[in-house]
Order: sequence, then C-alpha cells, then structure tokens
Amino acid sequence: MSLSLENIVKRYKSETVLDGVSLDVARGETLVLFGPSGAGKTVLLRLIAGVIDPDEGRIAIGGQDMTGVEPEDRGLGMAFQNFALFPHMDARKNIAAPLTARRMDKASMAETVSRVARMLKIEHVLHHKPKELSNGQKQRTSLARALAAAPDVLLLDDPLRNVDAKLRFEMRLELPRLLKSQGATVIYVTQDYKEAMALGDTIAVLDAGQIHQIGTPEDIYLRPATVEIARLFGDPVINLLDVTPQMVDGRVQAMLSGVAVPLGAAFEQAVGRDCTLGIRAEALKFVPADTAGAIPVTIETEAPLNEKTITLALTRNGREVMISRPATQEAPSMGVAHVLPDPSSLHLFERATGRRIVGAAKATVPQGALQ
Amino acid sequence: MDTTGPVERVLRGIAISLVILFFMFPIFWILLMSFQTNETILRVPPSMVFEPTLQNYRALITGRLETQTSTLEIRFMSNLYNSFFLSATSVAVGLLLGVPAAYAFARLKFRGSEDIAFTLLSFRFAPPLLVLLPLTIYFQQLGLSNTYGGLIWVYQLIVLPLILWIVRGYFEDIPADVEYAYRIAGHDFWATFWKVSLPLAMPGIAAAGLLAFIFAWNNFIFALVLASADKQPVTVGALAFVTASGIQYGQIAAGIVLSITPTFLLAILAQRYLVEGLSLGAVKG
Repeated sequence: MSLSLENIVKRYKSETVLDGVSLDVARGETLVLFGPSGAGKTVLLRLIAGVIDPDEGRIAIGGQDMTGVEPEDRGLGMAFQNFALFPHMDARKNIAAPLTARRMDKASMAETVSRVARMLKIEHVLHHKPKELSNGQKQRTSLARALAAAPDVLLLDDPLRNVDAKLRFEMRLELPRLLKSQGATVIYVTQDYKEAMALGDTIAVLDAGQIHQIGTPEDIYLRPATVEIARLFGDPVINLLDVTPQMVDGRVQAMLSGVAVPLGAAFEQAVGRDCTLGIRAEALKFVPADTAGAIPVTIETEAPLNEKTITLALTRNGREVMISRPATQEAPSMGVAHVLPDPSSLHLFERATGRRIVGAAKATVPQGALQ
Repeated sequence: MDTTGPVERVLRGIAISLVILFFMFPIFWILLMSFQTNETILRVPPSMVFEPTLQNYRALITGRLETQTSTLEIRFMSNLYNSFFLSATSVAVGLLLGVPAAYAFARLKFRGSEDIAFTLLSFRFAPPLLVLLPLTIYFQQLGLSNTYGGLIWVYQLIVLPLILWIVRGYFEDIPADVEYAYRIAGHDFWATFWKVSLPLAMPGIAAAGLLAFIFAWNNFIFALVLASADKQPVTVGALAFVTASGIQYGQIAAGIVLSITPTFLLAILAQRYLVEGLSLGAVKG
C-alpha cells in the first residue's frame, strides 16, 4: 500500500518537532528516513503508526485518510529501536501477538510463527522469555513480530541500533532481501548512512523537523543538497575547503594551496561567490609531484581500515584533508606528497547558506563508499 | 565478587540475629502467653516454663469468657469475621477503583491530574479524628452508620490513596513502547490494558493490595466510632478483654495470635509477586 504524508506538523509544548513534512512512498518501496538524533524520525514513525496524533497535516495509507483511525486498525507492522518485546510472554507469544489480534486459528498461527522464526533463524529460542534472549535474538524477535502478519506497511525504527557490529553487518546484507520478499511498503529509520544506502530505494534526509532532500541513494551521495548532507553521507567525512571560484581564460577554477583546480563549465554561476568546496576522500588521488594540477600536502598520519586506508594530511595553508585509497595501493612516502582531485566529483556549496550550487557530478557511487 | 571475609560474615550473622530477636521477641512472647493462664503470665519473675493450656483459645472460639467473678459473652469470632470481611471487601473495592485510576494518572496527562492525585494522597495526611465528627453526622443522616457498606466506604480513605500511588508508579515504569507495540499488533486499548499493562504491573498491584489489607485490618478508630458491636473488627473487639475483674492477658494474646494469622498468611502468599521484579528485560535499558 502506498503511504503519503501531507504537511505534517507536530509540536511538543512550544517546540516544533516536525515542521511541514511531506512524503510519498509508492507501494512496495523502501523509504529510508535518515537523520541525526533529535531530527524527529521516531516521532514521524509514531505519527504514521497512530500512537500519537499530528497537530496539522494529513496521513494517508493506501489512499485512505488515517485521521482518527486507531493504531490497531491501521494494519501496520512495527519494529522498535528498543525492541519493546512483551516481557511476560515468550518469544513465540511475542511473534504471535499480531496473529491473535487477527483471530487466526491455532494451526495456521503456529505455522506462521515457525515460518517467520525460521526465516529469522530464531526457531530454537521461541520458548524463551525476552530476558533470556541475547540482544541479537531480541532484535530478530521484534522483527519477526513486525513481519508475522505480513502487513502492507512496515515501520522499522532503527532496528539495528542496539545490536553489535557483527550482527549489524550481517543484517544489513540480509534485510534488503527479507524486505523485498515481504513486498511491503517499508519506512526504515536509521542514523547510519551505509544502512540507508544499502536498504533504501529512496532516502529522505530529515533534520530539525524538516526534510532537506529526497532522492535515490546515488542522488544523495553524488548530489547532496547541502553541506550538512554531504557531511552526513560518507566515511570519512567529506573534505570541505573554503574557496572563491574565478574565471580565468574562460575557465572556472578555484585556488587550492596556490594550485589552480579546474571546476568545469557547469560551475560558472559560482564565479566570484564565497563557496565551500567538497571533495570526498576517495576523490583525491596520490600522484607524482610533476603531475599537472597536483596539490602539495604534508602527510600527518595513516589509518588503515579493512579495505581502504585513510591518510590525514595538511595542505600548505594548514587545512586538514583526508585521502582514501584502496588498501592494496602502495603507501605514499611520509612527508610531502601530491594529490590530484577528480574533477568529476567535486561539490560546490554556497558558503552562507550551505546549499549546493548546480554542477556536474559522477554518475555512480564509488565502490569504497559503502565499506 | 564476594569481598566479605569469614569474620565479617560471622559478625553480620550475629547482627542480623540480634535484629530478628529484637523484632520477633514480642511476638514470640505473645505466642507463649496465649498458652498460659493469667496467673502464670503474671508470675514474678516471668518464666518460660509453664504447663500449656488451650483455655484461652477455647474461650475465644466458644465466645464464653470465664473470669473469677462471672462469665462474659465475647464476640471475638464474629469480630474476626468482620475484620476479614471489611478488609477484603475494602481492598477489592479499592483495587477495582484504584487500579484503573492509577493507570489514568500514569498514562494520561490531563488537566489537573497531578492536583487530583495529590488531593487523594492528602487523605492520608489528615488525622482520622479530624474527619470523624462530621463523618459521624453525615453517616447518621444518610443511614450509613453501623453498616458494612458505610465502613467499606470510609475504609477507602485508607486503601485508595495507597493503591493509587503505589500502582501508578508501576504503570509509569512500563515503557510506553511496549503498549504501543501491542496496539500496533492489532489489539485495542482494553485488550492492551488487560494483556500487557495489568500483568506487568501485577507485582505492584500485589504489594499495594497487601499493604492496603494490612492497613485496613489494623484500623481502629473508624470502626470504633462508626460501628456498633455486631459490625466491629477485632481491633475494636479486643477492648472487651479489659473487664471489670481485670485484664485478660491470656485471651488478648490468643486473640492477637488469631488476628495476625490471616495477614501473615497473605504476606507469605503475596511474597512471590512482591519480589518478582518489573523489569523483565523487555527493552534495552
């Protein structure tokens, strides 16, 4: 079922938590609601679930206005960040809770529970009470409970938040397939950009109660609407450098450490304005010193991560930049090195507003971005 | 990690024994007294050696109190029944009214909710004597004096605030998400209250019920003023042991033993619920 939110406003006392949020999610689509903590993601999910009511605006599920419809009549499944299992019922009863409400007969109920439990690999702990379950098992139980009645709309409130890193990694691989197999419309809340990009057909970036950008994972990563979004998506954090683009010999360029960096014709409107240049760590490459346009940097430290190595370096003006390279690539010698930015993946933002200035960008997300 | 050494453990054992002895000795002494005649009780110096007799219990159960000068009718067994009936019914009514109210105060923040809850608690601040005089007049006008119904009503002053405030805390401790989860699963408000909120607050309800029962059982002043002999509980009925020919210590002791037995049994029964914690690992803390 499709889901649409129209101009949702929610206030607590004088504080506006959600300020005119509008969203449309097509049937069967997974929308990731991404944002820092306190952005209003959980509140938005509860509004959709119907456990709290919006002050303004309209929520429609499957085209039907949900104003005044009780949560039990909305036909949703929801998994909570804190799991919210029923402590006095064992895992089996927990998972069966949505089925008892639908007055399913005993045999098909038992069958459904074991099917969902098998899918989530918790068959062996069905007779345990929540306090006897590990965090991972609790998380799977709460997910199983949300899925049990095969709801048309599934709300997942950061379900991987409270599980350990290994399980989170596994679930990040497993969940997309699981969600697709359900065929449900999914709203998935997370603060982890990798999770967002791995799971979302669409990502909506929510911050301070407003949606700042809606788009495909590629859109958000390659064409972030604001500096803030560019900072939130990407690890390590995007390099941000203050520049004022100039027109020299009919070409748009910016000066970095005394070296002219060509920006391309699309950035023409930025000429003469105070801007912030965003260069992702993987868009910087180590090159020999005599390469045209190479920027000299002083290498400070290196941090090898699994598949890539992050180098922290200082520019001639003392600004920190991070450079990412595949772990297999040879390390540059310590001391002075030269880097060359990839001209097709530069981001230019207006410094005063943080808004993106239209420009060319790469069409695909680089491999390293999700690792 | 257990850091206590053997010396500390022994000292701790002795300290605990002393405390238990201090608190339990009067009850133990009363138990001994209940099997003695007035003469052996009043011996100087007192002694633990005596020939046990069941005459005190016999007198209480048959309702005939033999003193040196006369035979007195006592209504101890009917008093005991009154105590039981009044306390149990008051607690039942109190739970019926108090538990839903506690839930409302815990979950719904309506205008003036804190003020109303505090007003209910403030019933416990006022000395009972303060309200007794007007209450007596009202009860006479309403025809409620010397009725079980009237007494149970007044007993709500004792049990209701207690139940309300204890149970409210337990309801507040239940994470709202757990209730939301049950609603979203497709159950309506009442089903959620019955199947989730109520079972999770059960330790609190048991504790509140037990305490309310004890408070109601031990009440003296309301029944003394508002009820006459046939409706009086043991606390008031025990006054009959102070007779013209002396105080019947043996019967008083036997009466005490009989009247603490129900509360004692109830406490043992409810203990299972009392120790069972509320946080059962539902949500990650």
